[in-house]
Amino acid sequence: MTTYLVKNASILGGDPTDLLIADGVVKEIGGDLSADGAETVDATGLVALPGLVDLHTHLREPGREDAETVESGTRAAALGGFTAVHAMANTEPVADTAGVVEQVWRLGREAGHCDVYPVGAVTVGLAGERLAELGAMADSAARVRVFSDDGRCVSDAVLMRRALEYVKAFDGVVAQHAQEPRLTEGAQMNEGELSGRLGLAGWPAVAEEAIIARDCLLAAHVGSRLHVCHVSTAGSVEIVRWAKAKGWDVTAEACPHHLLLTDELAATYDPIYKVNPPLRTAADAEALRAGLADGTIDIVATDHAPHPHEDKDCEWAAAAFGMLGLETALSIVQETMVDPGLLDWAGVADRMSYTPARIGRVADHGRPIDVGEPANVVLYDPSARRTVEASESASLSRNTPYAGMELPGRVVATFLRGRATVLDGKLA
Amino acid sequence: MKRHLLSAADLSRDDAELVLTTAEELRSLADRPIKKLPALRGRTVVNLFFEDSTRTRISFEAAAKRLSADVINFAAKGSSLSKGESLKDTALTLEAMGADAVVVRHSASGAPHRLAHSGWVRSSVVNAGDGTHEHPTQALLDAFTMWRHLGPKSGGSLDGRRVAIVGDVLHSRVARSNALLLRTLGAEVTLVSPPTLLPVGIESWPVETSYDLDAVLPKADAVMMLRVQRERMHGGFFPTAREYSRRYGLDGRRMALLQDHTIVMHPGPMVRGMEITADVADSDRSVIVEQVTNGVAVRMAVLYLLLGGSQPAVSTEGLPE
Repeated sequence: MTTYLVKNASILGGDPTDLLIADGVVKEIGGDLSADGAETVDATGLVALPGLVDLHTHLREPGREDAETVESGTRAAALGGFTAVHAMANTEPVADTAGVVEQVWRLGREAGHCDVYPVGAVTVGLAGERLAELGAMADSAARVRVFSDDGRCVSDAVLMRRALEYVKAFDGVVAQHAQEPRLTEGAQMNEGELSGRLGLAGWPAVAEEAIIARDCLLAAHVGSRLHVCHVSTAGSVEIVRWAKAKGWDVTAEACPHHLLLTDELAATYDPIYKVNPPLRTAADAEALRAGLADGTIDIVATDHAPHPHEDKDCEWAAAAFGMLGLETALSIVQETMVDPGLLDWAGVADRMSYTPARIGRVADHGRPIDVGEPANVVLYDPSARRTVEASESASLSRNTPYAGMELPGRVVATFLRGRATVLDGKLA
Repeated sequence: MKRHLLSAADLSRDDAELVLTTAEELRSLADRPIKKLPALRGRTVVNLFFEDSTRTRISFEAAAKRLSADVINFAAKGSSLSKGESLKDTALTLEAMGADAVVVRHSASGAPHRLAHSGWVRSSVVNAGDGTHEHPTQALLDAFTMWRHLGPKSGGSLDGRRVAIVGDVLHSRVARSNALLLRTLGAEVTLVSPPTLLPVGIESWPVETSYDLDAVLPKADAVMMLRVQRERMHGGFFPTAREYSRRYGLDGRRMALLQDHTIVMHPGPMVRGMEITADVADSDRSVIVEQVTNGVAVRMAVLYLLLGGSQPAVSTEGLPE
């Protein structure tokens, strides 16, 4: 295995230092290190962060290999600085059995670009009717700890209560896609003045907030932990803040696109901006950024959602929900959080590595960059600027809403247990 | 005028008045034995209808034919929503046939906008009704009808005229386009509807709103009744059809509240007995049949102006991208 001598890296934005990466771990940290036979990586001006962990990725395999595969999606992840991703369960077949989650886990191991932790479905076939075999998935080789019907809400209150209770037996967590289904039938975009003007059916904030409030109360009632996926409204941030103030075990994620983009983009009728939950108002985005800064929102998760071209190259109502996110997440966090002074690099490490790993109960990721720790490290150049080109994505899909946008930062290198998955900004 | 007509908001006051005056000239054709002009000879107009609407389609067809354009009717059964041919492929087909204008009706809001701005076609796009978004030529024909009846008494304009639009505003493309266009033309619009059938954010529209039809009628110069679709009755928007009719239907008693000159309009098709009673629809105040005649004249004017039939007083702003 190659030994890497990383010169002049700024760990979490601190003073430049050298890192010796060998045998899968961080061997040494200090000034002026040298090592015979090591490959030297010049990290002058680069920030070293712990390998990023995504709690919310759609890899589409099995079933929609035309949109993404575990191989292609994890390549995109590595290029985005991720060393671990959680693969959502809404595949075909649904990841609701030990067999499917083990298949996804194994595909991730074979691809080798980053670790893949399958998310198990809460209910059989995501149908919201009866619990899937959560214990079997937890006990499988994939060691599932995060369960979600993402894409659909576990809207039945009794079923949600049972799921929250049941996963306590193996320290699991239910990650809820908070969307009251009756309030969002046919919903296309954020409900507000603009949806009324554009004649697109509205997705009201209350449909998210009502479910989050209910789930927080349920989690408190049964003493379980709850994770809230893709929080998108200012009201949701308030509810999560309230639940945390009560001391309840509730965590929440925000997506990069909800931090940066707003519903005004729907006026183009270009479904590249169609996502679920929808892009909200500028005030909502601001509340999310404030919540992420003060820790109310625990983590950033990408909700990377690849779709084939034809599912976006059509009229808005016919288009699929979702957008790519893995390769742009860190840049958008820099743009919306770091550059405006809301979060420092230690904060980024917390929101994008330590805490998502802790929520997902992933032991070897989300560790500090210290001697003896697994060498999951990203080298990131915050001074670079780049214009996003959809065609350059490692994803099989092209549905990035950031095409043509200039974003700060560039992932220079990613190390997974001491092995370079990305070097010089390219797959190693 | 802009190259496309996608929204009533695309029309400046000058644009809208140009359409109305052009329509007035063209309308006189209807009284001649030979109802045809050579203005668009050699040009091709495609009526692309993803949604059934015989009334609107034949109105555009008649308009194009009276201007001597070649007309192709393309009834695309099933949009890509129902996994038929996609909007894009249909558009590419039309482009290959050399359409100069595409008149599009679609169940998805924004579909004409996509057609105009996606680079699939080079032709002018006319929105003939998209989902619950807009129906700008309907608004133009409504404004034209009001202008003919109310304009002469107020110096040839609709400035300060009060228009009540009554019914299912939430799902109505007619209401959206009318609200925008009538405002542009200086009229004061009041939307009258049960609260469940007004869109969120209505406060920011350039209109008044009311839940009380009886209070609005005595001040109105024109009353436009909107169709209430049957499926709304099952959507829980109001308790029963009877209750709707009692509170928001236009019947003989309510008609008696109107001023002498006030006209009654309906974009059709009517549900007689629901939003309008037969005696009102067939009364002297009703201009519902005239709206149909005016529809042809207004659509002639739109096609004529969009396809470069005339240049005077046309503002040439850039296209919205």
